[in-house]
Amino acid sequence: MKTPAQTNMRLTVAKTYKLFIGGAFPRTESGRSVALRNRSGEFVANASRASRKDLREAVVAARKAAEGWAGRTAYLRSQILYRAAEMMESRRESLTATLVKAHGKTAKAAEAEVSASIDRLVWYAGWCDKLTQVLGNQNPVAGPFFNMSSPEATGVVVLFAGESSPLLGLVSIVAPVICGGNAVVACSPIAHAPIVIDFAEVLATSDLPAGVVNLLTGNRDELLPTAAAHRDIDAIGAVGLSMEEQVLLEGGASATIKRVWLDADRTSSAWAVADHQSLYRITPFLEVKTSWHPMGL
Amino acid sequence: MSVHNGVVRSAYHPPAWKAVDAVAVEARAAALGTRSIKKAAKLQGLLLAVSMIDLTTLEGADTPGKVRDLCAKAMRPLPGRSDIPSTGAVCVYPPLVAVAKEALAGSGVKVAAVATYFPSGQGDLAMKLDEVRRTVEAGADEIDMVIDRRAFLMGDYAKVFDEIAATVEACGPAHLKVILETGELQTYDKVRFASQLAIDAGAHFIKTSTGKVQPAATLPVTLVMLEVIREHYFKTGKMVGMKPAGGIRTAKDALKYLVMVNETLGDAWMSPDWFRLGASVLLNDLLMQLEKERLGAYDSLRYHTLG
Repeated sequence: MKTPAQTNMRLTVAKTYKLFIGGAFPRTESGRSVALRNRSGEFVANASRASRKDLREAVVAARKAAEGWAGRTAYLRSQILYRAAEMMESRRESLTATLVKAHGKTAKAAEAEVSASIDRLVWYAGWCDKLTQVLGNQNPVAGPFFNMSSPEATGVVVLFAGESSPLLGLVSIVAPVICGGNAVVACSPIAHAPIVIDFAEVLATSDLPAGVVNLLTGNRDELLPTAAAHRDIDAIGAVGLSMEEQVLLEGGASATIKRVWLDADRTSSAWAVADHQSLYRITPFLEVKTSWHPMGL
Repeated sequence: MSVHNGVVRSAYHPPAWKAVDAVAVEARAAALGTRSIKKAAKLQGLLLAVSMIDLTTLEGADTPGKVRDLCAKAMRPLPGRSDIPSTGAVCVYPPLVAVAKEALAGSGVKVAAVATYFPSGQGDLAMKLDEVRRTVEAGADEIDMVIDRRAFLMGDYAKVFDEIAATVEACGPAHLKVILETGELQTYDKVRFASQLAIDAGAHFIKTSTGKVQPAATLPVTLVMLEVIREHYFKTGKMVGMKPAGGIRTAKDALKYLVMVNETLGDAWMSPDWFRLGASVLLNDLLMQLEKERLGAYDSLRYHTLG
């Protein structure tokens, strides 16, 4: 009798895409899953639909990680982001295949998106230990004092990714925020689950401390109001919100004076343009601390 | 009476019990932990849990200032919300009892103090009793004593029994909680026996842990102790209080304990007179959940005092 390997008959190992919270891959507490299908209607995988409680758990994990991440030396943050890029590079084929199989990209487009995502991580990795020099300042004052301004992380940032670019669109908004020393909870559409959770596997093996990046897949209309009102979130960034969603977000955020940052949705090829990697994507999630110092000390 | 190392002691022998079914205890505790409590019942549970807290600080770095802050928090956990009750007690080391007593005067919040060479219990009886008397004199309403685990684990149950009985006497009007330090007792059988021994010696409350040893309070250990209290009540008609302490950090945990007490002992025990939770950070989590119910939005620790 032949073994399964000899007959090339194997059970299909179908992947269930879970969430990425606090460095672990839990199922949504709600138990809800959505069957993803490709354009021709074939089953691709089951993905999680995150609930408000998953968002809460993710914020708890991010809050726990925030201080430690901001407190690491900038050099170390830089190295960890670079390591994430390395991990992505070594999984290039698998990420490309996911974009083709699960997200209907052409091989060429998929490869371009993965490459641009890796390059983007490398680019922001380089900024970690240069932010302070470029954005900080020694201010002239009319008195016998020093006065210095330096950028610091805002804290816990929740991001809502757009619809049009599952990988590069996510990397392009997450990388600048963690580069500045923040902890992130990023929410992507459920349809993005395969590549988002593949990316989570990259981060999980990148020496990135647990909880610094948490990735959820879910419906924005369910998660946005909860995030807007949540009192333990310091800033929210969102891509491609409708006018109504913007009003809802700004209104909810005003109760706790969260920072709100909005951007337009764009395709992967549009995100790939160098304009969309910028120091000024880091600054919305930084606070400037100015300290006075008696001269001569 | 018996003679032990030349000292006359009461004879106290372990009751002839069948072994505790550890698997069943853990399964029962886990099953009770999955109860879903919603809306009005949850709100009621959260408020009740606040009123049952022994708000505790037992650090080498405790100062009168810190204890006064803690007392202010115990009396009025969340300024602006008069619907939230005071905690049951404030729990401190003996030298800070006077400070707490003064700060809590007239509030109804009790002063509890740990004594008898807390947390190890490694001291001789005369010194332990002296500490207890002085602590009660300083104003403690409740004394949390530790049992001598060395004697207990070496089988000298009579010594443990006599120490508890002597401490009950030294407490005078103050209530006595007896800490078994279940994390050091190793088996459910020993936990059950120690619970029975403490109750027989006159404990008003039995308490799981000092909070200084891991594991501290767990649901299965608490269940074993609650069942001893239940059996004792059935046999004698006398109620004994229960206090799990250490490691209870979230509102969710606290509600699990309330479910367990209600299921095991019933309504009569659902009061700070008969059930307490020894905790420090738990209070803020309860307050955050209470605020969440009020605001409809998840709360942040930054709006709450003391860590």
